[in-house]
Amino acid sequence: MFQGIVQVLFDGIAFGMLLFVMSVGLSITLGMMKFANLAHGVFAMLGGYVCTVLMHRAGWPFLATLPAAFIIVAVASVFLERFVYRRMYAAKELDQVLLTVGIIYMAIAAAAYVWGPEPQAFALPDYLTMYRHIGSFSFSTYGALLLVLGTIITLAIFYGLERTRFGAMIRAAVDDRRVALGVGININRVFTITFAIGSGLAGLGGALGINTLGLDPSFPIEYLVFFLIVVSIGGGGTVKGALAAALLLGLSDTAGKYYVPQTGAFIIYAVMLVVMLWRPNGLFGRT
Amino acid sequence: MTTIALATHALNKNFGALKVTQDVEFELPVGARHALIGPNGAGKTTFINLLTGMLPPDSGTIELDGKPVTDLPPHARVKRGLARTYQINTLFPDLTPLEAVTLVACERHGMSRQWLPPLSKRKALIEESYAMLNELGIGDQAYRPTRHLAYGHQRVLEIALALATHPHVLLLDEPAAGVPAHESGILYEVISALPKEIAVLFIEHDMDLVFRFASHITVLVSGRVLRQGPPAQIAEDPEVRAVYLGTAVHG
Amino acid sequence: MTADSRTATTASANAAAVADFRAQARWRWYEPLFWLGAIAWYFLFPTYLSLGTQILCAALFALSLDLILGYGGIVSLGHTTFFGIGAYTAGLLAKHGWGEPITCLLAGGVTAAIAGWICSFVIVRVQGVALLLVTLGINLVLYETANKAYTITGGADGLQGIAFWKLLGVFDYDIFGRVAYIYTLIVTFLLFLVARRIVHSPFGLALKGMRENWKRMPALGAALRRHGALIFVLSAALAGLSGALLAESVQFVALDSLGVQRSVDVLTMLIVGGTGVLYGSFVGATVYMVVRDQLADLNPAYWYFWIGLILVVIVLFTRNGLVGAASDLADWVKRQRGGGTAS
Repeated sequence: MFQGIVQVLFDGIAFGMLLFVMSVGLSITLGMMKFANLAHGVFAMLGGYVCTVLMHRAGWPFLATLPAAFIIVAVASVFLERFVYRRMYAAKELDQVLLTVGIIYMAIAAAAYVWGPEPQAFALPDYLTMYRHIGSFSFSTYGALLLVLGTIITLAIFYGLERTRFGAMIRAAVDDRRVALGVGININRVFTITFAIGSGLAGLGGALGINTLGLDPSFPIEYLVFFLIVVSIGGGGTVKGALAAALLLGLSDTAGKYYVPQTGAFIIYAVMLVVMLWRPNGLFGRT
Repeated sequence: MTTIALATHALNKNFGALKVTQDVEFELPVGARHALIGPNGAGKTTFINLLTGMLPPDSGTIELDGKPVTDLPPHARVKRGLARTYQINTLFPDLTPLEAVTLVACERHGMSRQWLPPLSKRKALIEESYAMLNELGIGDQAYRPTRHLAYGHQRVLEIALALATHPHVLLLDEPAAGVPAHESGILYEVISALPKEIAVLFIEHDMDLVFRFASHITVLVSGRVLRQGPPAQIAEDPEVRAVYLGTAVHG
Repeated sequence: MTADSRTATTASANAAAVADFRAQARWRWYEPLFWLGAIAWYFLFPTYLSLGTQILCAALFALSLDLILGYGGIVSLGHTTFFGIGAYTAGLLAKHGWGEPITCLLAGGVTAAIAGWICSFVIVRVQGVALLLVTLGINLVLYETANKAYTITGGADGLQGIAFWKLLGVFDYDIFGRVAYIYTLIVTFLLFLVARRIVHSPFGLALKGMRENWKRMPALGAALRRHGALIFVLSAALAGLSGALLAESVQFVALDSLGVQRSVDVLTMLIVGGTGVLYGSFVGATVYMVVRDQLADLNPAYWYFWIGLILVVIVLFTRNGLVGAASDLADWVKRQRGGGTAS
């Protein structure tokens, strides 16, 4: 029984870390520009495909594809932000939602065209498929990787936000965009760079998560709900909120699958509903 | 039959450690033309929000026509005769003034949830709405979408909407805000032409307008009532002058 | 403001005010075109009647969403909840022995209306992005429930083995879908007339007020909770009726009658057609379904690309979908001709 709990905790937190890495960019974007970018999952998907292409066509080792996914997706996102999204920051949120839905559709079709509609064949390198034992607990090295990488990235984000000048600018822009503009912060540039980092992280998460979440062209729609839930439960604009929500979600989903497998995805949707009705601005959001 | 239209007793509101309304005792007589003044951040708009029910107080009571309304939601207070305007135009951009005022008239008559009868059959209601727009001087703007109206006309419409609820207490939050000086006088003539039975409380920064139209003034500073009284008395009060001119007042 | 802009309040000025409202409610010249077209479809495309029936159901569904969204300004990502409830109600009644179409239709509408009433309580608690998520969440929870409760609903296979009785005791549902089409067309037209009445009623005006300035409404005496309950009941009823109609025409209820994909589809139809303009839902539904029918057969992936592109273009470049673009174009032409009535 105890072993089961530790197992669920381990897997749940690892999964939560993965969700966090994928969603944190969306949370900051929503908080800063109040822009509902539902197409965030497209970047995660793109990162996944970068990974599989590099591994299968160019023979790269798995771990090396991760930074590549980050960089390539970050660069690609700059074009999308610059030429499409920037025109829509002042638009009605329904229009924003549907614009990004249109982009999802186009991305899904393009991915199916280029890489085919079937799920991508993917195999983790051997050293990540092993199980280690400590006492009577066994854990996978892959899960350990998720935990370690997730923790490093989380700490890096917090450090970057709290201790660097750029981080201060991000916080200012999220807090009050008009005033930030007024003190001379170049909002456009801050936003583009933040957007790129967030999208890059999504790409990294997408690559990292192929083992757990799979990879096929319908990825952005399938996991859209996850991202939305993380952002809504956490409250847009806060990294703390995204982390808490991602962990909550990872744990609920894992616990659900472990203890009551027949309920399926029901649990996380119900959790989301309850939180939204209790705290409409998310657990850490502000009115 | 009470002569006090609106009153508050020991009204308090805090935002965390910030006390925005402190122990406010306030009375607005029937037919008053009462100004609420004070420096920025004094809590004037907060006070109006408390009166209308948009903000719940932490303690204290509010009475409308002698009856307590502290626990009533905003729309119920409107039905009892309390209306307000906003400092920043809070209008219906895509509706015409005629549609907007008609909307309020429907609410007032309790028919706003009738979904089968055509609106055009309610002739008396529409004509009454049009007549009000005319009386306020914006009848010729009645058919243009609100967002196309000149700013001054929008400010008048802002008041028209509140008036269409047939209130007996009217709270005006800086009615002349943003209106050029030569137009704000006309706005205030509209206000002074209001029926004598309506009690009016208005927040205002322009002292000329205050002294021209107010029969009574309340000065609010940091959420507390500093002074209340007729204009002449307020004008000469040394503490009031200190608040507005700074403490370095000599002679 | 001019010194004396007061126009004389004569009887004719008053009459003009009333006439303004009447003019808004009058039938436009292009309106009968759609319905004539729908009748013509029956004769021109006899092999496409089932597509035509689906278009009408989709249009009615989109219209129900437009009432909440285009007129009321409440953005819901889970409107399929009501569509599915209507479909399953009608289907379950038929499956368990009562297949009279008209009563099943009404039952679908009533059940959905009750659900709408229950859901309406959320809109005064949450707005904006949170509302999007709550409505989405309700939809997802219901979908999962239906998925898991396969003993009742048939789960992922859908509700099968349902047979509706003869319509009015006389007309049997034929394999060409002729009876289904005519029945759907008549019901859709009648419900459209109801929607038209709603839009031009005092409540329609209150709805627009909610859209234009939600915050001001209580300050003018409007009880938002009750307004919200009413529009959710009306809109959910219409959505449920459209779901039941579809169930009756295809004699089957698929699990995706409750799917979120359909919620996104109907939003797409509305954006493409135009919100808050009654016919936007019809134009959007027709365009969407026809394009999907023509393209999806070739290759499902291509279909997604083109509908995505249409969406992006419409959102970026038009003010209010196709109907909005058409009306803007008409205004522009009028102005080029030397300005007709400027207002």
